Amino acid sequence: MVILGTKTDAPKTRGPDDSRGYRVFRVVNTVVLIGVVVATLYPFLNIVARSLSEEAYIIAGKVTIFPRGFDLTAYKLLMSDALFWTNYRNTVVYTVVATLISIVLTTCYAYVLSKPQLKGRTFLIGVALFTMFFSGGLIPNYVLVTSLGMKNTIWAVVIPNAISVFNLLVMKAFFESLPSELEEAAAVDGLNTYGILLRIVLPLSKAIIATMVLFYAVSFWNSWFTAFLYIDQQDLLPVTVYLRNLIAGATDAQQSGAAAADVVQAAATLQAVTIVLTTLPILAVYPFVQRYFVRGVMLGAVKG
Amino acid sequence: MTSTLRPPPPAPPSSPKQAQSPAPRSPRRGRSWRQALRRDWQLYSLTILPLLFFLVFRYLPMLGNIIAFRRFKPGGNIFGEYWVGLRYFRMFLTDPTFWEVFTNTLVLGTLTLLFCFPLPIVLALLLNEVRARRFKRFVQSVSYLPHFLSIVIVAAMVMQLTSIEGTANQLVKLFGGDPVAFLQRPEWFRTIYVSSEVWQTVGWGTILYLAALTTIDEDLYEAARIDGAGRLRQTWHVTLPGIRPTMVTLLILNIGSFLAVGFEKILLLYNPLTYPTADVVSTYLFRMGFQSSNFSYAAAIGLFEAVIGLVLVLSANVISRRTVGTSLW
Repeated sequence: MVILGTKTDAPKTRGPDDSRGYRVFRVVNTVVLIGVVVATLYPFLNIVARSLSEEAYIIAGKVTIFPRGFDLTAYKLLMSDALFWTNYRNTVVYTVVATLISIVLTTCYAYVLSKPQLKGRTFLIGVALFTMFFSGGLIPNYVLVTSLGMKNTIWAVVIPNAISVFNLLVMKAFFESLPSELEEAAAVDGLNTYGILLRIVLPLSKAIIATMVLFYAVSFWNSWFTAFLYIDQQDLLPVTVYLRNLIAGATDAQQSGAAAADVVQAAATLQAVTIVLTTLPILAVYPFVQRYFVRGVMLGAVKG
Repeated sequence: MTSTLRPPPPAPPSSPKQAQSPAPRSPRRGRSWRQALRRDWQLYSLTILPLLFFLVFRYLPMLGNIIAFRRFKPGGNIFGEYWVGLRYFRMFLTDPTFWEVFTNTLVLGTLTLLFCFPLPIVLALLLNEVRARRFKRFVQSVSYLPHFLSIVIVAAMVMQLTSIEGTANQLVKLFGGDPVAFLQRPEWFRTIYVSSEVWQTVGWGTILYLAALTTIDEDLYEAARIDGAGRLRQTWHVTLPGIRPTMVTLLILNIGSFLAVGFEKILLLYNPLTYPTADVVSTYLFRMGFQSSNFSYAAAIGLFEAVIGLVLVLSANVISRRTVGTSLW
């Protein structure tokens, strides 16, 4: 599979054959694409509007994309919840630590895999590739992590998913694209492997490392299931599980009948606020980092 | 020359003379391993931690599946206490609930494949016809956005949109209907699941197709036009064949993850009322393991699922290599 590149969206002017049918198509196309944009953005706007609205308007089903009866009570309520902030801080800590571990392990392994004449390279690649298509499964993993005594520690969250094979392949593809002459010259100057990796290769790989940091950081920031599985202590949970417990609580209340309806409604705004505050960091950096993601995906696909 | 740079690999037996030389193979190989280790030990040393990771957190759990054939006591030996043979496999194969959740998995997997595989291609083709660059880039940026959200957030959004006072019911009321508690109704679960899946994946899925589209040779369109092909036929005869390798690769990957339908999302969205359509193999296994503490039984189901997944990828790969000549490896 060969995908070259970045010369995207060169407008295709396939000659002057723009029939009337095609002009109609282009109008329809534009309308459809605007529809896609609206459908994608609507849930976000709806949530923001809900988070800022007064409870009564939400219950009456009057909130769409504009806040009704502007009200910050839910924000104040959430901001004053110590557990929310503890969990938020946990998310930050877990993300930073996990990303660090992942980057170190992935870089080391990808660099070794990028050396074409290394003996045993095929085996080393196979070790990683096989895990993409076959995994031990939930139960054996749980038994393992538990018996390693990692339950209710940060390690249960940051170690079991340290290497993503997809990211590994992306990085390997990048290292393979580096000109080998530079490393050869450094070797002649007497640098050993570690020196070459640290002083020659890594400085040339800033862009790919940034991409990898983003890939890993976003996936750790968003992850919830590992923590949900391995952590029972409330003050060790990440904020995603905080949100999960909030929505699960609301669902339980809904099922237990009308008596709990008040709880449900109080939760509606609170849920919206929690969603907004959890998504905010991602939305804030998204416009600036989006292209790195796209580039990373394409780099991975070249070798796919 | 130091470690990273190896002299060119020992030349393959290019001359017939060399090939004929009856050098005994094994001692030579042993020596070259020793040489490789001496020369590249620093490189090999970098693999220690990653290999340890794969060994402990990927391959050890595979071995841990042995508890599917053994009696397991929580807190006891992680490889179980004593052999019970295929008892747990017989147990779930005769369990009607298992077949119910298996059917649900197939249905949800098929629906997901049916919508989440072709829609990115359609969107990419539509985007490809846009000439206003800034508009195109804007649509792309917006459509990628949901990919970056946590599943918990997507699930929470789904709950808000489908709640009694949410947008879906506002629409229902607009057309004069009565509000529906969508997430409590088994008949709605598949629709909700698949549409949220489409919402989250369709934009991101276009990236590879858009990249593939830029590599199609302009001359092919020129030639098609001279032959009198209109826009639609150009798309059919030039564009689609041009992105076929990408399509096949992604199809194989999709088929491989066919059974692993969005476990986390279902776990967040389903409830006992919607089990008839929402409960899938992985969520059933989860409940068996963690609510009923029947680890061996759950491990047997998990092993069954993983083996089917592996068989699916391998066969999809073989079929595509035979028929269209594209394969993953």
